[in-house]
Amino acid sequence: MINKFLGFEPDKDKLPSLTAKIGDDIDLSSHKYQKIWLGPNHPGVTGNMAVELWVQGNTVVKAKTHVGYLHRGFEKLIERRLFVQGFPTSIRMCVAEPDTNEYLIATCTEQLSGYDKAVPEMAKWLRMLSLEMARLQGLLRGVPGQGGTFALGLGVQWGVYLRDLILDRFEELTGARVYHMYIIPGGVRGLLPDGFKERMEDNLRDIDDFIIRIRKLMFHNSVFKKRAKGLARITPEMVDKYGIVGTNARGCGVKRDVRKDHPYLHYDQLDFDPPTDTDGDIYARTWVRWQELIQTVDLIRQIMAKMPEKGDIKAQMPNVLHWKIPKGETYVRLESGRGEYGMYYVTDGSEKPRRVNLRGPSYTHAIALLEDLLVGADVADVHAIMVSLQTCPPEIER
Amino acid sequence: MKNLIEKLTEDFKISDVVYQRPDLAFVTVPKGVAISLVTELRDYEGFSHFVMMSCVDWIEEGKFQLLYLLHNPKTKTDVGVKTFIDRENAEMASAHHLWKQVWTYQRELKEAFGIDFPGSPRVDENFVVEGWTEMPHMRRDFNTKEYSRDTYFPRPGRETNDPAEYMRKKLYPNEPITAKKQDNDK
Amino acid sequence: MSEKDMNDKVNEMLQRSEANVKKTEKSFVRPEDEEREVVAPDGSIIKVNPIYDYFSGEKPKEEKPCSGVIEKFLNWARAESIWVLGFGTGCGSIEIPPLVTPRFDMFRYGVQMRPTPRQSNAFIISGYLSVKTLKRVIRTYEQMPSPKYILALGSCTINGGMYYDSYSTINRLDKYIPVDVYIAGCMPRPEALLAGFMKLKELIKEGKGEKANEYARNFDEYKANQKKIIKDWNMPDYNW
Repeated sequence: MINKFLGFEPDKDKLPSLTAKIGDDIDLSSHKYQKIWLGPNHPGVTGNMAVELWVQGNTVVKAKTHVGYLHRGFEKLIERRLFVQGFPTSIRMCVAEPDTNEYLIATCTEQLSGYDKAVPEMAKWLRMLSLEMARLQGLLRGVPGQGGTFALGLGVQWGVYLRDLILDRFEELTGARVYHMYIIPGGVRGLLPDGFKERMEDNLRDIDDFIIRIRKLMFHNSVFKKRAKGLARITPEMVDKYGIVGTNARGCGVKRDVRKDHPYLHYDQLDFDPPTDTDGDIYARTWVRWQELIQTVDLIRQIMAKMPEKGDIKAQMPNVLHWKIPKGETYVRLESGRGEYGMYYVTDGSEKPRRVNLRGPSYTHAIALLEDLLVGADVADVHAIMVSLQTCPPEIER
Repeated sequence: MKNLIEKLTEDFKISDVVYQRPDLAFVTVPKGVAISLVTELRDYEGFSHFVMMSCVDWIEEGKFQLLYLLHNPKTKTDVGVKTFIDRENAEMASAHHLWKQVWTYQRELKEAFGIDFPGSPRVDENFVVEGWTEMPHMRRDFNTKEYSRDTYFPRPGRETNDPAEYMRKKLYPNEPITAKKQDNDK
Repeated sequence: MSEKDMNDKVNEMLQRSEANVKKTEKSFVRPEDEEREVVAPDGSIIKVNPIYDYFSGEKPKEEKPCSGVIEKFLNWARAESIWVLGFGTGCGSIEIPPLVTPRFDMFRYGVQMRPTPRQSNAFIISGYLSVKTLKRVIRTYEQMPSPKYILALGSCTINGGMYYDSYSTINRLDKYIPVDVYIAGCMPRPEALLAGFMKLKELIKEGKGEKANEYARNFDEYKANQKKIIKDWNMPDYNW
C-alpha cells in the first residue's frame, strides 16, 4: 500500500524464481547471475577475508571464502625458534584474544617437559584472570559489533570505549596494551599491582551499566530483532557435521564448553553455568554472547575474590636458552571467546619444536560453515552472518 | 579409553599407543586402515567431533605423519589417529565425506606439504599463498630465512646475535665462564 | 624422410611441448588475460593487454604544485582534511576502533575513515603485509586520487619486524610504495597514531607531502620491485 503511494514497485517479484542448483555448475555467461567480491578489506570487526558471491537478484546462490591475506607463516617461524623465542611470535597469531595463544603454548611446553605440576597456585589464578579479561575485551567488541553489522553504530562506540578501560588494566598488569606476553612457561610474569582490584571493580561497574543499556539498545530494537531472527540458522544436527564449537554451538542448544568439559586451571572451583539458547539463529547467538558478558564479569569478580593475596608466581625452570624438551606430542585446548581453541605441539628432543599447529574455531566456521549458511541469504546480511560466527581470519591462515 | 583401544587393536593393527593424558591418546595405524578406523570411531564409538587434521614432516625418516584428532563429547576423551606416509609422491585417501570441514584441511595440507588427496573437493585451489613457485612452504627443507633474504629487501643494519653469548657479554662482561655455570646451562 | 630426420623432428616437438609445459607451470596469466590482437566489428585490429591495463602499466602523471599562496592554502586544506581509507591490512588495525571512538577521537583533527579509495587521500598500512595483500594494496593505492599519503604502522613495515624471516611477508614497504610517515612500535598505541597524523599534517603544510609525485618519477623502479615478488597478477573475475 505504502509502496504504491510512494510510486515504488518492489522488483524482487519480477526476478525469475530461484532455480539455481547449489553446486559448481552456475553458468555465468547466461547473465542470470552476478558475481560479487566482498572484501578483502576489513569488513567491520572481522579481519581481512574475501567472500566471492554468486548472486541472483538479491539472493546468494553460491559463496566461496578466500583467505590468506594475513598469512605470516607462524608455524614455520616457530619451528625455527627456541621454545622461549616462540612466545612473542605465537601470541600474534590472533589479535582478538592474544592471551589464549600465550596460555596454549605455555601449557604445551610445560606438559611435554613435565613441568605442568610445578606451576604455582597463584600463577594459575593470575592466568585465569588474564584469560577472562581477554574474553571480556573480546566480547565488548563482539556483542555491540553484531549490532554494528545492522547499522547500529552506537553500541560499538560504548563497547570499544569500555574495552579500552580493560586494556588499561592489562597495561597495569602486564605493561602492554594488546600483546601482553604475561603467561610464560612455568607461571606468569608479575603479581597484581596495588589497588588493581579496586580499579577493576570500578570498570566492572561501568560494564554492568553497559550490559543493561546494550540490552535495551539491541535486543529491544525492532529492526535488530526483525533482521536477526531466523537468519543463518544452525541446527543441532549441524554441530558435529561441521565441527561447530563455542557460542555458535551453544546458540542452538548443544552445550559445549571446554571450561566445563575439560576443566583446566581452576575453572572447577568457580561457580558458573555456560548460557545456552535453542533457536540457533543470529539473535540467539548474540543473546548467548550477551549472557556470557554477564557471566564473564561475574567470573572476574569470583576470581578476584577467591585468589590468594600473595604467593609464588613462577616455578623453577631450566635455562631457557638451552631448554630441550624430550620427544613427544600433545594437544591442549581452551575455551576462547569464539569457541574451542587448541594447539597441537610436537617436539623431537631438540631445542626447537618440530611442529606447531593451531586449531582455531574460525577454521571451520568461516569456510565450510559460512559457505553453506550464506546460500539463500540476502547480500545485505552477509556481513551480519560473518560477524555472528565470530570469524577471525588470522587464526585460519596463521 | 584403554578398553576401547584394546578392543580396536587387533582389527585395525594399532601398533604404537601413547597415553599423553588420561583423556588423550595417540595411536598409530597403517596407511590403509586409517580412514576406516576414523570412520569406525565416528560411527560406533561416539567420536563425533572432528577436532583437527595435521601433518608433521619427519624428514630424517622420509615420512610424513598425518594426524586425525577426534573428540568424544559424551565421555570427553580424545583420540589422535596417526599414520605415516611416504614423503616422495605423498598421497592419502581423502576423508572429506566424513565431516564437512575436512576438505579445508586437506586443501591446506596439499598446499603446505604437497600431499595429494585425490577426490577431495577444491584440493588444487590456492589456500593461503598466491603465485607460489617454490616447493611447498611447510616442508622442513624449505628454508624460509634464505628465501626471505633473497626475495624481499632486508633493511641493512639488522644484526643477529646468539642469545647466550650476547647476554654474557652485555650483563656479565667481567665474569669468567666457569665450569659450574656450563653445567647449569645444560 | 629419413629416420634420423624423423627422430629429430619428434625430439624437437617434444622439447617444444616440454617448454610449453614449463611455461604454463610458471606463468599465472589466464588465457583470457594474455596479450593478443582482437578484430573489432568494423574490421580494424586492436591490440589488447588486460594485465597491463589492470595494473596500470601506464605511468602516472607528475603534478606540479601551484604557485605561492595558492599552494599554501591548498596544503592547509589538505592537512586539515585527512581522509583515511578503511582498509586494515594487518593486526595494527585493531587500534583503529579506539581511534574513531570517544576516547581517542580522531575526528577532532579532521581525520576520518572513508569506505572507498576514490574518496580518500591517506592510507594506513597497519602492520605486516603478505604478498597477497600487497597486490591489493598497490591496486588500491593506484586508484587513490593524488596527492596521497601513506602512514606505515609498526616495525613490520620498517624492516620486517617479528616476521623478518617469513616467506610470506615483505620486509620493507618503501621498496614497493613510497611512505610518508613511519609509526614505530608493535603495535603502536593510538596516541602514537595521533602523533603520526600530527607529523603528517606538519609535512603537508610544509609542502613535503609529495610522495605521489615521487611514485610517478620512480615508477619503473617501483614496478620492477613489485613484479619481483608478485608473480600472479590476475584480477578477481567479474561477469559484468
